[in-house]
Amino acid sequence: MGEEEGLHQTQLLDTMFVRGLKRKCFDGEEDIEGTLAGFKAIPSYNLQRQSLLDMSLVKLQLCHMLVEPNLCRSVLIANTVRQIQEEMTQDGTWQMINTQSAGQTSLDRLVSTDILCRSSKEQAEGKLVPVYSTFAKDCEGTQSQDNSEIMSTVTSPQVPRNLQSNMWEMENPQENRGNFQKSLDQIFETLENKSPNTVEDLFSEVDNSYYDLDTVLTGMMSNTKMGHCDLETFPSQTSANSNSNCKSDLNELDHIVEILVES
Amino acid sequence: MAFPDSDIISTVEFNHTGELLATGDKGGRVVIFQREQESKNQPHRRGEYNVYSTFQSHEPEFDYLKSLEIEEKINKIRWLPQQNAAYFLLSTNDKTVKLWKVSERDKRPEGYNLKDEDGRLRDPSMITMLRVPVLRPMDLMVEATPRRVFANAHTYHINSISVNSDYETYMSADDLRINLWNFEITNQSFNIVDIKPANMEELTEVITAAEFHPHHCNTFVYSSSKGTIRLCDMRASALCDRHSKFFEEPEDPSNRSFFSEIISSISDVKFSHSGRYIMTRDYLTVKVWDLNMENRPIETYQVHDYLRSKLCSLYENDCIFDKFECVWNGSDSVIMTGSYNNFFRMFDRNTKRDVTLEASRENSKPRAILKPRKVCVGGKRRKDEISVDSLDFSKKILHTAWHPSENIIAVAATNNLYIFQDKVN
Repeated sequence: MGEEEGLHQTQLLDTMFVRGLKRKCFDGEEDIEGTLAGFKAIPSYNLQRQSLLDMSLVKLQLCHMLVEPNLCRSVLIANTVRQIQEEMTQDGTWQMINTQSAGQTSLDRLVSTDILCRSSKEQAEGKLVPVYSTFAKDCEGTQSQDNSEIMSTVTSPQVPRNLQSNMWEMENPQENRGNFQKSLDQIFETLENKSPNTVEDLFSEVDNSYYDLDTVLTGMMSNTKMGHCDLETFPSQTSANSNSNCKSDLNELDHIVEILVES
Repeated sequence: MAFPDSDIISTVEFNHTGELLATGDKGGRVVIFQREQESKNQPHRRGEYNVYSTFQSHEPEFDYLKSLEIEEKINKIRWLPQQNAAYFLLSTNDKTVKLWKVSERDKRPEGYNLKDEDGRLRDPSMITMLRVPVLRPMDLMVEATPRRVFANAHTYHINSISVNSDYETYMSADDLRINLWNFEITNQSFNIVDIKPANMEELTEVITAAEFHPHHCNTFVYSSSKGTIRLCDMRASALCDRHSKFFEEPEDPSNRSFFSEIISSISDVKFSHSGRYIMTRDYLTVKVWDLNMENRPIETYQVHDYLRSKLCSLYENDCIFDKFECVWNGSDSVIMTGSYNNFFRMFDRNTKRDVTLEASRENSKPRAILKPRKVCVGGKRRKDEISVDSLDFSKKILHTAWHPSENIIAVAATNNLYIFQDKVN
């Protein structure tokens, strides 16, 4: 969808969503010409609503890729998505979309998004490898295609719910202290620079004991409603190496994923 | 014109006398302006603001555990009331609050016994007499020193800080929690509000702003992304999860759309100087509430209602999430808030008149009078009007400040700071 087309579409959406009007009434003969032209120009309400849903889901997806997403914005977008879903469920259109189930490849995409945001416990159960394989595909340059596939197929009732829960887990770093996804993101970001690997640097500052599942879970339990949290002093200790330039070669990915899964 | 992102002003605040004006920017710097003393020789200069001090308040940090960058952008600055010759302010980024002391040095001691003027130690055998060092004048030096660092108390992003009227405590609020601090204690804070659900899947509302009552040190308010304001009394319980008052306007069903909730999200809440009212800013309006009436605001002002038909576009380009601030004038009779296209709006609560002004270089030569601006909605555009579609949404005025007692306002337009004063007759 070209940028101009997208803009045109949102301008139409503006008209539709001004007062939450559901349908346009095409009575009145005097207006027939105008309304017919209007009818052609303004896509159906359902289509527009679907477009808004897609846009919102893309926005939420982008949230995942940003470093530290704005929680307020994410909550508002998620609430909008839920609103649309509720209305679609009442309309019965939800059922329709459900039946147009995704193909095999699309399911892979769904799974990959889901795993992106799982808690450390689920990841420790060894579900990392699928993420890696999907990400490898992304790196081969099919990223934009993936996004549109995700957008159009993420309408099954299951995934949006997961998206939301996973999103909050992402944004709840305390509970996800052992979240390997962040480390993966860091790795993939550096793939652009192909220089001699300093994979050791990547992990040298990290205290491996922290990725021990027990430590993480214990940390979660002991984190009572205090304003001050001891666990958070960690960043200050490791912030000395703020300029560490982590460069990694594509061939090192296997090695890295092994390390993460093992620890 | 290109400018670095780090120059974008992210907060503006006058101190309690209006003598100083502080700005914080995206690069973590604080710049303080001081008002010139009025002199009889140059009456037309009538108290201009000049740079007084500049310092780096926050640095970018990297959280290795979460693999997240912590931005150095200054989210808020709040001044403490002046108690001695030095000035104190609080500045905060997303995670850490700092107390800065800004003090002047215009004298230095001379005539030490044990060291000479260069600082080198003198040979003790050469010292034959005792003398008292004397203070001699030197060039004025303004130095800023960090006196306290309040760190590691916020998991989420700090959006507000507010100094209590007891001048001993202050609060910091993030998306889900509010903490109470004592200025003297940096390794501890009390959590007074916590709206984090046990299951994050159930999260549907966040805290957007918070402020202490100007006179009652036990009372504070916080606003939410659902357009509600809660007033809490710290005497009621240690954890103020249950509000004393709940302010919410019932929704207008005829105006309902998918964007209703987003535009109802409150971006700023401010007590009036009197302490009797609170003002809230949501995407399209500014509302004044009487603390004694919870079911609806007493006044509602339309900031830029012409955007109501553009909400979907504004949702797409994320402008709908812009957080505008609002301010009272010293007498609580006029309120001001920003808009797009470098426009800002003032509403006179008594006369019910409002004005739209623009903060731009082309339109404001020094001492020129600002011309009111108008946005035209319909088809026919008058000569000086600007049409909605021509508005520049990248030029947003999110931060403004009003002098505590005079008609002097500070307006931050992206990377530029404008200071406007009432015309002298």
